[in-house]
Amino acid sequence: MQPDTGIIAAAMGLILSGNADLIEIVGLSLRVTLSAVILSCAIGLPLGAAVGAWRFPGRGVLAVLLNALMGLPPVVVGLAVYLMLSASGPFGPLRLLYTPTAMIIAQTILVTPIVAALTRQAIEDLQSEYGEQFASLGVGPVRRLSALLWDARVGLLTVALAGFGRAVAEVGAVMIVGGNINHVTRVMTTTIALETSKGNLQLALALGVVLLGLALVVNAAVMAVRGVSARAAHA
Amino acid sequence: MFRRSFAGLAAAALFALAAPAQAADDFIIVQSTTSTQNSGLFDDLLPKFQAKTGIEVRVVAVGTGQAIKNAANGDGDVLFVHAKPAEEKFVADGDGVVRYDVMYNDFVIVGPADDPAGVAGSSDVTAALTTIAQAQAPFASRGDDSGTHKAELRLWKAAGVDAPAASGDWYRETGSGMGATLNAGTAMGAYIMTDRATWIAFGNKGDYQIAVQGDERMFNQYGIILVNPETHPGVKAELGQAFVDWVVSPEGQDAIAAYKVDGQQLFFPNAGE
Repeated sequence: MQPDTGIIAAAMGLILSGNADLIEIVGLSLRVTLSAVILSCAIGLPLGAAVGAWRFPGRGVLAVLLNALMGLPPVVVGLAVYLMLSASGPFGPLRLLYTPTAMIIAQTILVTPIVAALTRQAIEDLQSEYGEQFASLGVGPVRRLSALLWDARVGLLTVALAGFGRAVAEVGAVMIVGGNINHVTRVMTTTIALETSKGNLQLALALGVVLLGLALVVNAAVMAVRGVSARAAHA
Repeated sequence: MFRRSFAGLAAAALFALAAPAQAADDFIIVQSTTSTQNSGLFDDLLPKFQAKTGIEVRVVAVGTGQAIKNAANGDGDVLFVHAKPAEEKFVADGDGVVRYDVMYNDFVIVGPADDPAGVAGSSDVTAALTTIAQAQAPFASRGDDSGTHKAELRLWKAAGVDAPAASGDWYRETGSGMGATLNAGTAMGAYIMTDRATWIAFGNKGDYQIAVQGDERMFNQYGIILVNPETHPGVKAELGQAFVDWVVSPEGQDAIAAYKVDGQQLFFPNAGE
């Protein structure tokens, strides 16, 4: 790559070239990140909603804990997951280390607190609005959660996207538990780190632009779906 | 409605998790160093091995120190690094079976074109290091317990200079891989010791040139070891041994010698010598 090539032009060239390796890496990035976000939502939405809507002892502590865990350093999570999945760790026999599954596990641990903490805030605000109505109608606790989550769905979409942003941009954890193995666990961020270490700064930056484009496409797609469903609801 | 879509999401996630990473189980994991990976050697070597044996080799490229620790945890089938004393300890500790010499390249010290310490052209590494220390010219060290870092510390010791004592001053430990240290060192105008293979393949040289080379004390020997299946039962001994055998065989050695970047041979095979 010529040093005087514009970064954007280089990125466009990469995309248009249809390079098989690049497609594979982008595909794995999406697979790992989307799986982690979906799993995080499966855990974090009900968890955050419960902490936001229910009254129980230790609720305040849990809320603070969830907020604090949003700042989990990816490298620390990567190390912890490595020690768990290592052949000499408790889950070694599963042989998950250096697989995409290990990367999904690490990212799920990173993203779940974000989803849970932001969901808690959104649900708590709604709960204070609807609390009396629920009480007068005698709505059970579980029914209340699903009603609140459904009502907050538009805001929660942004919560999921925040989780996606964290996961897709993360390099420290997936590098350790995935190992950045070519054609197996190499994703966009680890490729960027590798090319940077090879001194191929132009290529690394161009890949960064591609990653940004990927995040743009995902966000635009989600917002488009939201727009369509909102129109359908009002039709 | 919400619950239905929720169930669908969970099902999709489980599907993604359950989807097998790779259908074939004929693969081994090699714990190796950044120099073998960044120089492109593995990209050249591994397809040849796979074509012959059908065994896929998955390389985890980290510093030698970390590679040895990972392998000692049983997280790899073969160890392919460059720090002979540490490798021999790995075998002595029962973590490895036998160590074989594979190949060598050499270390060089690269520096900015204006050569602030005046060491360019030297082939006496200890004299050059002493001069750099006296001039207090910036020197960027890996500082990460890698094979290159260990070799660098041995050379400082041989020169009689306690460089780490000046850490934070003219001696700067990046605590990173070779590439990151080269990126940082070239940006701060520091001298850097690197293996020649990584340097030749490095894409961000700026005005840097090789300042010190040709001293036999800068010899960089690579070794290969099968992780011991007796202490680490998960090791794929048969497949791993096949890779070790091939690398030290005439065919593997020829493949190493044939690998060139910009017309320069990067590694010199010396198994069984």
